[in-house]
Amino acid sequence: MKLMKIRDHNELFLDREYQEQFAKKKEFEDSWPPERVKEVAEWTKTEEYKEKNFARKNIKINPAKACQPLGAIFCASGFADTMPFVQGAQGCVAYFRSHLNRHFKEPLAAISTSMTEDAAVFGGLNNMLEGLENAYSLYKPKMLAVSTTCIAEVIGDDLNAYVKTAREKGLIPPDLPVPQAHTPSFVGSQINGYDNELKSILTTITAGRKKEPNGKINIIPGFDTYTGNYREMKRLLDIMDVRHTILADVSDTFDSPNTGEYKLYPGGTPLEDAADSINAAATISLQRHSTFKTLDYIEKEWNQKTAVLPPIGIRNTDIFFDEISKISGKPIPGELEDERGRAVDAMVDSHPYVHGKRFALIGDPDLLLGLVSFLMEMGGIPVHIVSTNGDKKFEEEMNAILSENTFGAEGKVYINRDMWHLRSLLFTDPVDLLIGNSYAKFLWRDTGTPLIRIGFPLFDRHHLHRYPIIGYQGVLNLVTQVVNTVLDELDRKTMNTTSFDVIR
Amino acid sequence: MSTAIKDTQKMIEEILDAYPEKAKKDRAKHLAANDPSGQCSTCQVKSNIKSRPGVMTVRGCAYAGAKGVVWGPVKDQITISHGPIGCGQYSWWARRNYYNGQTGIDTFGTMQITTDFQEKDIVYGGDKGLDAALHELKELFPLAKGMGILSECPVGLIGDDIESVAKKVQKEFKMPIVPVRCEGFRGVSQSLGHHIANDTIRDHVLGKGRLEKTTPYDVALIGDYNIGGDAWASRKMLEEMGLRVIAQWTGDASVNEMGIAHKSKLNLIHCYRSMNYICRHMEEQYGTPWTEFNFFCPTKIYESLRKIASYFDDTIKENAEKMIEKYRPVMDEVIAQFRPKLEGKKVMLYVGGLRPRHTIGAYEDLGMEVIASGYEFGHSDDYKRTYPVMKEGAVIMDDATLYELEEFTRRLKPDMVGSGIKEKYSYHKLGVPFRQMHSWDYSGPYHGFDGFPVFARDMDMTVNSPTWKLIRKRGVPQKPGDAIGR
Repeated sequence: MKLMKIRDHNELFLDREYQEQFAKKKEFEDSWPPERVKEVAEWTKTEEYKEKNFARKNIKINPAKACQPLGAIFCASGFADTMPFVQGAQGCVAYFRSHLNRHFKEPLAAISTSMTEDAAVFGGLNNMLEGLENAYSLYKPKMLAVSTTCIAEVIGDDLNAYVKTAREKGLIPPDLPVPQAHTPSFVGSQINGYDNELKSILTTITAGRKKEPNGKINIIPGFDTYTGNYREMKRLLDIMDVRHTILADVSDTFDSPNTGEYKLYPGGTPLEDAADSINAAATISLQRHSTFKTLDYIEKEWNQKTAVLPPIGIRNTDIFFDEISKISGKPIPGELEDERGRAVDAMVDSHPYVHGKRFALIGDPDLLLGLVSFLMEMGGIPVHIVSTNGDKKFEEEMNAILSENTFGAEGKVYINRDMWHLRSLLFTDPVDLLIGNSYAKFLWRDTGTPLIRIGFPLFDRHHLHRYPIIGYQGVLNLVTQVVNTVLDELDRKTMNTTSFDVIR
Repeated sequence: MSTAIKDTQKMIEEILDAYPEKAKKDRAKHLAANDPSGQCSTCQVKSNIKSRPGVMTVRGCAYAGAKGVVWGPVKDQITISHGPIGCGQYSWWARRNYYNGQTGIDTFGTMQITTDFQEKDIVYGGDKGLDAALHELKELFPLAKGMGILSECPVGLIGDDIESVAKKVQKEFKMPIVPVRCEGFRGVSQSLGHHIANDTIRDHVLGKGRLEKTTPYDVALIGDYNIGGDAWASRKMLEEMGLRVIAQWTGDASVNEMGIAHKSKLNLIHCYRSMNYICRHMEEQYGTPWTEFNFFCPTKIYESLRKIASYFDDTIKENAEKMIEKYRPVMDEVIAQFRPKLEGKKVMLYVGGLRPRHTIGAYEDLGMEVIASGYEFGHSDDYKRTYPVMKEGAVIMDDATLYELEEFTRRLKPDMVGSGIKEKYSYHKLGVPFRQMHSWDYSGPYHGFDGFPVFARDMDMTVNSPTWKLIRKRGVPQKPGDAIGR
């Protein structure tokens, strides 16, 4: 039998019948005349519009950040047998889960206490008690990591007292770790939620565990949504023979093998290792802005050496290995030097297509710091650097990086700004390439700036998060992504000219 | 009581055993063995009740119902997520309510616009900032036809008065500024959000639109959110019947269409759950009759075309027959192509709105059987419409938890499951073919004569993908080609 051709939305609505339907529907829409729409569209590209756009103070339009509890449950899910437990409304948790599901294409278990109107009036004690009892009975976690949503924060739920009551009533075992973090969505962003949750987990789980030094190094990846980065970090430290603990290790949580079984807790840092992290030689954070409080706590409470070493780009990675070598006393093996050499070789090979290209970037502070450094190593010129959740500290750090490099002269940092601001910038001062998450595709559509998808969330391309962007291997992946975007765009632009080259 | 019912009840009891006493007692009311005859008193589920804390409900909130479902798709209105950053961020263009227009200029559907509450807004209130935000938006988007203020949790908790801000600004702007009190802690699920949104349509836009003339063939398409273009596929059929669709709610809707639906001769409601309220209101207030219909598969389409035509004159009735005649061979071809590959396959559904019952016929047209079905946020009227269309002893579940879904799957061994994104990947791990049936897994349309072939293709690729057969359990000897979890 000859198979029918099935046409879905991608083709169907281009049909004449549908196009006519759309035209006819306008009769009921009371829509604007096309020339008025065109006029306004052109106006939004102007300097005048940009000024108005940058004058706004009370509204965000297409921002690039998420809220604290999302970062908190992300962090909690990186510990073995741990159920993220959110004191608050159930809709929030449905949203956190689906947001993370869409990025990783993986399941994620997380609990809410389904607080509703009565809880808003009387407090969330009963929700917490029943929630702990049910979650423990049904899902048998070894740790329940609590964070909060707006409702619990606004009414001021006393988490500590609630958990104590639950233990007194025997609803959960007396020794079950139940760390609690306050993660109001109206403060900071997901990177702060990550920080708060990690600090609360470490505080709880390491209590009374200070013993002899274990000679290990703790690595805190931060709010890093590349599962490939976690695996890469472990591989690199194994090559260096450095014993380590990743806090919080989400690599299996968000990239588990398909073996025909669904595991509620597919991986994560073993709780014993997490508890022993207090006895490590040092703690290295790979992201500054998502670990401020945690590092401060580790320095002060554990009296442990800490450092922030983000290994994105060649020089950052060099520094990372130098420091790890110093702390661990282990030499950097030739194997890593070879990896470095291959990454640099790729950069040299591809530099003609990246050198002098102007970039706009939008994303989380730590990611941007790494990417800008990497781009300038290839001769790229960062121009518009936008971070919705970046603060003054980030701005200073970024400006320091830019000022150290001749390729950084044009770079301007915009904190607390969003993609609609960036849209104005891309019209008034166009660039060659744009780096951002999947929602930045709207900027690509509006302004024609080719998009390199790096960041979070990545919904519309598959598997990118499985490839590391840290270390020398990460450099290779970044180079590949950047240069091939340039070349794809070049093909599109030259396809009807003689410059349509086959060797590049 | 039949054996089928007894067997299912026994299975449900076993599953419930894992719950602590209080939760067990509650959950027992939400799970039942189906009795299509309606005689078995214990076969009816309780619904629209608070979820138990800590059980991992799949449900969302009132904001999701009001912003995500009803108001969000209205394309030429600026829909503001009023409160902290998260709610708007996570619901940003997630439901694929397709629309025509130039985004950011005369339409705003794929934009995430939020007042991004900070601590100072919680302490001092957000009304002043909201007022300023509305003005900033008016400056930047002069072609907006209205603005919606969709409240998130803190707004209600701190006692802001968004209604008076809206009222003041509406006078100034001379366009609808709609305050929607859909804070996520209200009610027990998305459902109250639908109701609240319906009430605000009634209070702020209905009756205020412009329609030059009316005809005897005017209808409004209500409760179709144009997911993957569903409403367009349905509209095409209604127009081919000779009807004039004066308003489409709310997929690809304009503010003006929101204001003229009451002038139709018949309101055609697709998603009964989310928009029955406003249909009842139009019936009471304006005498506009309404009827439910189902465009998911040939059998239901033929039935529905005749049902809709029955409200009109012979011309329309004849047109309906002509259409059935015209499209039947195409539909038969679709069935001939896909049914042999799907015959006898068992389906488990756990979705929202109308899908748990409306898609059953589509599976049946492809030779498949729905052995379990449930609603995230249904009410008793949804279940009453569901019992008769399912077999005796089938599982009916209300507000199911992750634990229950997993247990039902292990025991019932469905050949495919249709549910949401939160469920999708756990089924992938289990090796059970899965289709995301909230937004058609980024496919569609599924409605109408143009949609059914897409539906059939998608169910075939779900059940028969060779990838399922590559999955193997660690350490378990397996014959080549054995699939897991089937």
